[in-house]
Amino acid sequence: MSPRLLPYALILPVTLFLCVFFLYPFILVSQQAFGSADGWSLEHFRDVVSYWKFPISMQNTLLLAAAVVPVQLALSLLMATMVTRMQKGRDLVLYVWTIPLGISDLAAGIIWLAIFEQSGFLNSMMVGIGAIDSPMPFLSYQNPGIIFLAIALAEIWRATAIMLVILVAGIGLIPKEYYEAAEVFGASPWQRFLRVTLPLLRPSLQTALILRVVLAFEVFAVVVALGGSQFPVLMSEIYAYQFDLQNSGAAAALALIVLAISIVFTLVILRALRVPKGATI
Amino acid sequence: MRGDLQKDTNDMAEIQIKNVAKTFGAYQALHSIDLAIADQEFMVLLGASGCGKTTLLRIIAGLETASIGEVWIGGRRVDHLAPKDRGIAMVFQNYAVFPHLTVFENIGFGLRMAKMPNDEVKRRVERTASLMHIEQLLKRYSGELSGGQRQRVAVARALAMEPDVILMDEPLSNLDALLRLEMRAELKGVLAESKTTAIYVTHDQVEAMSLADRISVMHQGRIIQAASPIEVYRNPAAQFVAGFLGNPPMNFLRAEKAGDGKWNVAGETVDGPRGAEAPLQFAIRPEDMQIADQGLPAQVRLVEPLGAHLLVTCDVDGTMLRAVLDSDLSLKAGDHIKLAPQPDRVRWFDPETTKAVA
Amino acid sequence: MTHASMAAPAPKTEPNPTPVTPVRNSGRYLYAATVILLCAWVLVPLYFLLVNTLSSPEQVSTFPKSFIPEFDLGSLQFFAGFQGILNALKNSIIVASMTMVMSILFGAPAGYALSRFEFRGKETFRVLILLTRAFPLPLLALPLAVLFIRTGLDDTTFGLALVHTTLALPFAVLITFSLFSGIPVELEEAAWTLGCTRFTAFTKVVLPLILPGITASAIFAFVISWNEVFAAAVLTIENRTLTAFLLQTLGEAPLHLKFAGGFILVVPALIFIFAVRKYLFSMWGIANR
Repeated sequence: MSPRLLPYALILPVTLFLCVFFLYPFILVSQQAFGSADGWSLEHFRDVVSYWKFPISMQNTLLLAAAVVPVQLALSLLMATMVTRMQKGRDLVLYVWTIPLGISDLAAGIIWLAIFEQSGFLNSMMVGIGAIDSPMPFLSYQNPGIIFLAIALAEIWRATAIMLVILVAGIGLIPKEYYEAAEVFGASPWQRFLRVTLPLLRPSLQTALILRVVLAFEVFAVVVALGGSQFPVLMSEIYAYQFDLQNSGAAAALALIVLAISIVFTLVILRALRVPKGATI
Repeated sequence: MRGDLQKDTNDMAEIQIKNVAKTFGAYQALHSIDLAIADQEFMVLLGASGCGKTTLLRIIAGLETASIGEVWIGGRRVDHLAPKDRGIAMVFQNYAVFPHLTVFENIGFGLRMAKMPNDEVKRRVERTASLMHIEQLLKRYSGELSGGQRQRVAVARALAMEPDVILMDEPLSNLDALLRLEMRAELKGVLAESKTTAIYVTHDQVEAMSLADRISVMHQGRIIQAASPIEVYRNPAAQFVAGFLGNPPMNFLRAEKAGDGKWNVAGETVDGPRGAEAPLQFAIRPEDMQIADQGLPAQVRLVEPLGAHLLVTCDVDGTMLRAVLDSDLSLKAGDHIKLAPQPDRVRWFDPETTKAVA
Repeated sequence: MTHASMAAPAPKTEPNPTPVTPVRNSGRYLYAATVILLCAWVLVPLYFLLVNTLSSPEQVSTFPKSFIPEFDLGSLQFFAGFQGILNALKNSIIVASMTMVMSILFGAPAGYALSRFEFRGKETFRVLILLTRAFPLPLLALPLAVLFIRTGLDDTTFGLALVHTTLALPFAVLITFSLFSGIPVELEEAAWTLGCTRFTAFTKVVLPLILPGITASAIFAFVISWNEVFAAAVLTIENRTLTAFLLQTLGEAPLHLKFAGGFILVVPALIFIFAVRKYLFSMWGIANR
């Protein structure tokens, strides 16, 4: 085959596959969302938005993302910088810290359920030390704050690893000389972190944040495992529309809303953390 | 598969490059190159990075396709053939020793691809390995080798193919200075013995001078001059060549016509070309000048003792000029001296065309 | 290093071996403590799951809880005997295996093209692949559910594997791109000059070198599929995967079933992350550029 055409032949399978299973469904979902008995309409969107659960599920999703992502960012940055200056046991510590990367959100939900359920470990511990007299129903409807906390903890526990991996890889790409140069010019460790690591880490921060924020809007199984129907989020609402209410038009409309939010946040992150041309490593 | 693998020494492996040009997008890497390389000749492509020398080599190898032009090897047009069908072998800058194979399998790789019988592979591998003095390394992997050893494996792997033409892309540039010197001498010996046509790319003029039968000096995608090392050094065809070769390179001074065949250089009258009218560039190598009673008036600016000789930088009529002088001289900055150029070593260039003027 | 320091005369101003200053010392303790704390943060919840899994069903629901497992296999036995769960486990493995094969089969050629060729549209292609990650991909399961019913792929492991492949493909492309970029082009070119065609150079030189990395990215694809919940729950009814099955039963299933299920979900993840740990970071090195 001619070398001109070879690369196109090589990317053809992916392109075709994504056209059929990504682009085409995307068009279908739009059709479903905008479709109605008589042509195009915003009917499904109106239904979805005016449903009483919409504001609360939207609020829950956004609040959860707002609570979880910054903590994860800080935590993964801390872990990544700690790991890079580690001499002994680096591999072991990295392995331990990246374990949650392989754990599904459902499993994470179940794991934190073991801690927060009424006969769980948190209650056992608190009763054990005498903080409370009898086990508390942490995950019941009377304690929405604790449900939120449990979900947030489970999400932080589970999904910080993906950011960590991206950031560690990114830090690995920064030549050591920059730090040495900064040190020679009198920068303290904290200044080095602020002036060297962070700016040079921008491409990785971009990827990590986009991935994380998008996934935060997709939060689903953790919520179902810990909160059940107590804590509606957008994805669980989509699921409910599709199955319990058998209204795939509304499900599609809500899916498009999630998509729109994801895209808006992606663009905001891309813009906020853009790297000036020529300023790459 | 390849009948021509077994190189017959009577087989002529001359290379002809006809009107080869290469563009990368809007960038013209090579401008219509014509070059003929004789059978068994050692040709060095010399130039600064980005001059197109590696591109030219890769076009000959078939790793790059020319935008236009033809490449002929041994009377066969090869520019449409895959690298494997061109009867070439190549030594890469980073050696490209396969990390997953032992040294033995690396050297025998091409032979295996040619489906050569086992005992023949063994014979050839052992012979080339002993030629390159790596017979004790045959069981190792490349990760266990030093840079110099890897280099030897790469050369042995190319030689084992007994190719018509061996192509080398800066093969010594990753070695340290001492090793480079040693490998240079060895390469020259081994290649002369194997009677293979060789094309060798380098930016190191000393390497070029010491190895080449002929040097092609390249600049901005063109061959400026292709000639024997001494010819390129003594009679540079263009000002670029004069300024590129030699360490330090040739000195240039502005010369005004002062009569028929007489030229005024820094106030001194020097014999020069008769034909030209417009001002010329007077050129002299640093080592071709001596302190004398008569000569170019110069004021010493900087004296660098280099052991074997003194490198003296001086101001001649507002132009900086470097001279390599006897190390016994006691000179210091500020001294006024007269520098006499050796008449038969003076060269002239036309500043308009930058070409040499006889 | 050691040579130089041995050859050099002992510096006269060698400071007396003063104890490390308290400030530095406390900084080191703080550092070590933080590392240990963060390790505990990851490991302790996993330990709790282990305790629950290795307890008898009765023990799981008793209060207060023992913090030491009693090594009773009752919960796991109950799990294994639960109606439909082994089938779900089998489905999970089948779907994940198919996803693994398909994403490498389709993804690796594209990764190779990205790393080896300059071609028109390359940058656009790369950005589009990256951007698919900005989409909540599981949502695509909704319209596909309709499409699959039409084509007879509904409620099949293959149909779900197709969706999971869509999830895993962008990663497969970017990771293999980064892996192929790690293999010098010169090695391939050397093979060409030594009598290889493009294809044989790939099989004889590139493939042996890339195989461990490809395995790692295949495992990554496996984990993505193994862990996926939403699309699995939407697209399968009879042929549920383990995640979909557990999600379905979350409401009514007894606690010990949940914990045993969670444990079964986690175990392969632990092994996989261990298997790919060497590649985890290099895979992302170029992939996020």
